[in-house]
Amino acid sequence: MKKFPFWAWFWVVLGVLYLFLPLYGTLDFSLRMVRDQLSFAAYEVVLRDPKFAATFSYSFIMALWTILASTLLIVPTAYWVHLKLPQLRPLVELVTLLVFVVPAIVLVFGLLRIYSRPPLALTNSDLGADILLVAGYVCLSFPYMYRAVDTGLRAIDVRTLTEAAQSLGANWLTILLRVVLPNLRVAVLSGAFLTFAIVIGEYTLSVYLARPAFGPYMQLLGRTRAYEPAALAIMSLTLTWTCVGIIQLLGRGVPGQGQLAGTR
Amino acid sequence: MTHINQAEILNHPLRVTRTRNISWAWLGVLPFFVFAIAFLILPASYLVVGSLQDTKENFTLANFADMFQPEILGAYWLSIQVSVVTAVGGGLLGFMLAYATILGGLPRWVRNALMTFSGVASNFSGVPLAFAFIATLGRTGFITALLKTAFGLNIYEYGFNLYSFLGLSLAYMYFQFPLMVLIIAPALDGIKREWREASENLGATSWQYWRYVALPILLPSLLGTMILLFGNALGAYATAFALTGGTFGLATILIGRQIRGEVLQNPGLGYAVAVGMVIIMALSVSIYSWLQRRSERWLR
Repeated sequence: MKKFPFWAWFWVVLGVLYLFLPLYGTLDFSLRMVRDQLSFAAYEVVLRDPKFAATFSYSFIMALWTILASTLLIVPTAYWVHLKLPQLRPLVELVTLLVFVVPAIVLVFGLLRIYSRPPLALTNSDLGADILLVAGYVCLSFPYMYRAVDTGLRAIDVRTLTEAAQSLGANWLTILLRVVLPNLRVAVLSGAFLTFAIVIGEYTLSVYLARPAFGPYMQLLGRTRAYEPAALAIMSLTLTWTCVGIIQLLGRGVPGQGQLAGTR
Repeated sequence: MTHINQAEILNHPLRVTRTRNISWAWLGVLPFFVFAIAFLILPASYLVVGSLQDTKENFTLANFADMFQPEILGAYWLSIQVSVVTAVGGGLLGFMLAYATILGGLPRWVRNALMTFSGVASNFSGVPLAFAFIATLGRTGFITALLKTAFGLNIYEYGFNLYSFLGLSLAYMYFQFPLMVLIIAPALDGIKREWREASENLGATSWQYWRYVALPILLPSLLGTMILLFGNALGAYATAFALTGGTFGLATILIGRQIRGEVLQNPGLGYAVAVGMVIIMALSVSIYSWLQRRSERWLR
């Protein structure tokens, strides 16, 4: 006979309240543009603004590029360090944590100083500035992505898996894609969540790099309007929910998805 | 490089194989390091160099001496306070939540739901987060209005102000504790139910299990993650800027104003303020990696 886990539920309820009260408050606020009634007026105003779609899709695409680039850089590196270069691990970890040493506001200033003048004047073209933005975003994602992947790698027996794959004739690419990556699915996904979280509404880098991103657009709107920002916050959140839901559904059907710790 | 290898091939064929293996292994991490140097280390180094130069590009330490003025010191102190409060508060709440859902005997779906919510909630930082808190706890916000109509309680008359230390900390906590949940969950997965059963079989109380088994194993990753949260709050700029309109004197707000050329007239001093932050952050990273080395003992 198990007793009712009171404290566990207590913390869950507390966390849920913290998570949902601001969301509910924002939703409620966003519906009150027209006095004394609930309406979608604020949403209509936002949706009619062509800048909304343009800036949001821009930030969304940048986020996808960032997740791709970050995964491509971090997963092979973390795997390789675990397997072959354990003596390099403190150094790699230090580099991934450098973003905490160099916050976004500091990083963007340094990026601007280097890449706005020859020979590497990336800020002169849209593509160059986009590359700079994604590069900055990838740096911002390093600590979260690396930590997630590193924790995931610790939970699996990398050496045995690699040797087993090698003895079955797999090459490095096969090992990475079909052995390591599926085992790191949960870790990479949670790292990707964090990366997406950092990038989609990101303000600091994009505003100083003068990119047409969602963050600066929202900030500008927030200066002059009252109800539209709340509507914007709700709408971006709804879209994010959709894509998080899709990611979760995709992850469910894949074998090897089970608990990380249970397999040991 | 090739030249040396060829010379070695001629002299010591056996050692060469090893040397070549090592150089190949290094290649595996090369893309990562090249990227990090180009987009992270080099930009930061520029600021360090700039902080050590006067307006005529001569070497000087005067910029760092000039930092000891009330505006700059106050900005740092405020930033550190907000970061510590939200890292400890968010860290504890996040840990309790993650622990409750992973090891607290709750149904599996609660854990899955929490992980999803956390992924979304930590997405909800920066400008949209500021909007949400203005709509919830601002002067005409949802909870403010609710308390006023339901209990006749005007929290703003009792000294609450969203655009203050408490308000900013509450807003920061919103992305701090879901991050804690996401990052600490894998470590909690490593805690085996068998350990608890084993200690109970040996007659340990719940307190003894925590004190001598679970906590020593979890403490390093707990503290390490809290330091991640500390850095996360210390470097935050967008949330504070959007919430307070740049009037709350955090160190990052000061740096932003300096970049736009609004405050300190001396550019070198501006670099020094940025580098000063880099130094505080470097200290916390050192503590983090020390803790990391400790926690590895248990996770092997």
